[in-house]
Amino acid sequence: MGAGLRWVWTQITSMRTALLLLFLLALTAIPGSFIPQESVTPIRVSDFAKAHPLLNRIYQPLGFYHVYTSPWFSAVYLLLFLSLIGCILPRIGVYVRALRTPPPRMPSRLNRLPESASHPVTGSEDAVAAATEWLRRNRYRQVRRDAGEVPGISAERGYLREFGNLLFHISAIFVLVGVAITNLYGYKGTSQVVVGEGFSNTITQYDAFHAGPMVNVDRLNPFTLILKRFLVAFETGPVQTGAAREFDATVQVTADGSTTTRDLQVNHPLTIDGTKVHLLAHGYAVHVTIRDGQGNVAFSGPVVFQPVDTNFKSLGVIKVPDARPQRLAFQGFFLPTAVIDTQQGPHSVFPDALNPRVFLNVWSGPPAAASGVPENVFTLNTTGLTQVKKGNDLLRIELAPGQSYTLPNHLGSISFDGWSRWAGLQISRTPGLWLTVGSIGAAVLGLCLSLFMRPRRLWIRFLRQADGTMLAEAGGLDRADARTGLSDDVRGLVAAATGSDPEGIEVRSRGWADPVTPPRTLAEHQSSDAGVLDTTESADDAPAGAQEEAKK
Amino acid sequence: MNVLEVGGMSSAQFSSLAIVTAAVLFLLAFLAHTVEWASLRAVPVRAGGGAASVDDGHDGARLRSDMFARLGLFATLIAAAAQLAGVVFRGIAAQRAPWGNMYEFVTSAMLFAVLAYLVWALRGRMRWLGIFITALIAVGDGLAATVFYVSVGPLVPALHSVWFLIHILAALISGAALNVGGLASIGYLLRARAERKGTVDRGYVARLPRSEVIDTFAYRLHAFAFPVWTFTVAAGAIWAEYAWGRFWGWDPKETWALITWVIYAGYLHARATAGWRGRNAAIIALVGVGSFWFNFIGINLFVTGLHSYAGV
Ligand code: HEM
Repeated sequence: MGAGLRWVWTQITSMRTALLLLFLLALTAIPGSFIPQESVTPIRVSDFAKAHPLLNRIYQPLGFYHVYTSPWFSAVYLLLFLSLIGCILPRIGVYVRALRTPPPRMPSRLNRLPESASHPVTGSEDAVAAATEWLRRNRYRQVRRDAGEVPGISAERGYLREFGNLLFHISAIFVLVGVAITNLYGYKGTSQVVVGEGFSNTITQYDAFHAGPMVNVDRLNPFTLILKRFLVAFETGPVQTGAAREFDATVQVTADGSTTTRDLQVNHPLTIDGTKVHLLAHGYAVHVTIRDGQGNVAFSGPVVFQPVDTNFKSLGVIKVPDARPQRLAFQGFFLPTAVIDTQQGPHSVFPDALNPRVFLNVWSGPPAAASGVPENVFTLNTTGLTQVKKGNDLLRIELAPGQSYTLPNHLGSISFDGWSRWAGLQISRTPGLWLTVGSIGAAVLGLCLSLFMRPRRLWIRFLRQADGTMLAEAGGLDRADARTGLSDDVRGLVAAATGSDPEGIEVRSRGWADPVTPPRTLAEHQSSDAGVLDTTESADDAPAGAQEEAKK
Repeated sequence: MNVLEVGGMSSAQFSSLAIVTAAVLFLLAFLAHTVEWASLRAVPVRAGGGAASVDDGHDGARLRSDMFARLGLFATLIAAAAQLAGVVFRGIAAQRAPWGNMYEFVTSAMLFAVLAYLVWALRGRMRWLGIFITALIAVGDGLAATVFYVSVGPLVPALHSVWFLIHILAALISGAALNVGGLASIGYLLRARAERKGTVDRGYVARLPRSEVIDTFAYRLHAFAFPVWTFTVAAGAIWAEYAWGRFWGWDPKETWALITWVIYAGYLHARATAGWRGRNAAIIALVGVGSFWFNFIGINLFVTGLHSYAGV
């Protein structure tokens, strides 16, 4: 059992599994970009299900309409993150130990290293001190490695590379933690607010609302806002005619007992006490006054219509349950710039209200007791209602602003008083956002460190020649892919130590000199603590990578 | 709208003309490189490089190849200048950064790609990339000028954001590096296959650097591009948070940006995994480029989402 578990754990935390899971993640993310998703476009999902009953029978049970919350997609990313944790945790320990370990011992033959050089000491200064100084200036960690009479230094730098790698992977986990916090403690809802009207942050005022399980929806943070002014402008020129050009709303916000006037635009959300208000949509509201058969005003005010095309043809329903003796309902559309032609019928040719018209059908029926069941305000339930006719045809009313129409059979009258705009507001709280954003920032930083740092080891020693002069001998090794400048470092170190001109120093490269990379194996990768060179005082003491290369 | 006139043309017209000119020049450069490479088909590599002057009967072909190589590079230089003018004047005409629709994205991306190539070509040994780069850009510009072209217009309000500009700029830069990296990976695969078969002594593969050198070059490009691409996705998410009130919504464009990102993370892991270095990593890089292009163009054409704003 224990062995079996360990085997499973080893498999999960291997690089191959990580690779496999990464590709699985890419693969499983694909269907959601082609199949409509409930969370993104719910209407298209139901349309799709109706249009493709056969596919629907496959997609529905497999969760293809909510790919990114489906069990299989979740399994892939959770496994990936499990693998990541299992992979990274041990590496933290290794890294901390590597930080505490001094640079490794001196290989017995420096000329077997990827880059090496030797040069007689010419200057009169203390060569060891000069080498030490050069290494210090170039930010190497160093330690004296004298062998008997032969002074030597081991040096290493680039510890930040592994730090960056760890930082990146750990940050990836925290990105996910941030998202989880947002999903648990955040909420998001939308409301369509007509110019001149207001919104207060209670659940009943939302048209649509979604909250995480930890949110107390009865105690949303209290504020109210009033939409004072809403300016919308469209392109009138020949290019991209009708494209939106400007949305600019002025709102009066009351929170914490103080009232301020603020500007709300697309891309410039308001923040009220940590709650964000975004301007996401706009449309038209139709102002009507409806008198019933008894001559009383049964309804008066703006009714929100929903745009259905890019020129803002908007559908809407006006329900007048209080009209007597018959209750009334109107269903139809609003055209901001109406054109009627024989082929397309009435339609709108521009999104701004240049020639506004409403077209309505009328329904009537005996009064019904309020059922208490919440009703969708955008659809008309026609049970108990009959459509009003004019002669033999169904009655259709067309009104321009200011016009009114008297309904037949003494049902009453309707007048189209005008129109105004509504703003689609999104109100949301995303408490994990800063953790997510901060983690992404840390991840990018970690990535840069991990990809651009150059972990490198240098050794230098000073051999006394038979004639009494000193010979400096140095070599270096890069510990990451595709790094440049190793030979420059070896040259610089020898030049500094010997007090000579760098130009005159010849650096020997063995096979995998820049820009060719040393081959790295999984075994080497997994044991990539500070000890790659620890055994190098044995007889054949080139670094592991060099040996492999030699074998090829 | 146009404040500037160039030779009687509005800056918008001048920009379009410059892009079309660039497309033609890139095509010519590509043809020159094709001749350059074709000339080498039967030409062995000279031992000891250019210094040895033994006439092996191929000197004519070598000369022709050299001449067309220079011609190709020269045409590429002029084409790059035309491309730069096209992009800059587009911006002047629109009085904003020229990154508001597909036409503008593609022409700018091609500009960054050719600049990236020229930096390496003029500095060092990466001229062999010329044939791939010029082919890519000739196709890219050709598509831009015919399929994607739209007249100059202002941005829709959702794009009025610094984060949008940052996002696009980062996307163009990383996109250029990823594309050049992908082309290098093709070169790597060609060269590595020839090395396996032992046929590296003649023809165009002989002119490619050793496979390890190309591999390292490709890795450097990807290593540079990956953090920038990460940043691109992050900046896009921040912009989405401002514009739509959510930083991630699994919109098709976002989804494919993530897929592309995950593929390149796979590439970096593959290079650290035994048995995946070299050939497999190069193939992953190419899959990555495919995913990048699909996101760049395919998504706008085939899938409806919030990002279809770009308009073709
Ligand atoms: C969310 C999933 C992951 C992502 C996005 C990711 C991304 C990356 C990236 C971009 C690098 C390149 C850094 C470099 O080359 O230095 C990298 C390196 C690395 N990753 Fe991951 N990784 C993920 C999961 C994992 C997992 C599950 C493991 C454990 C098996 C792992 C282990 C490593 C190791 C050991 C390196 C260093 C490779 C080297 O030394 O070159 N990663 N990762």
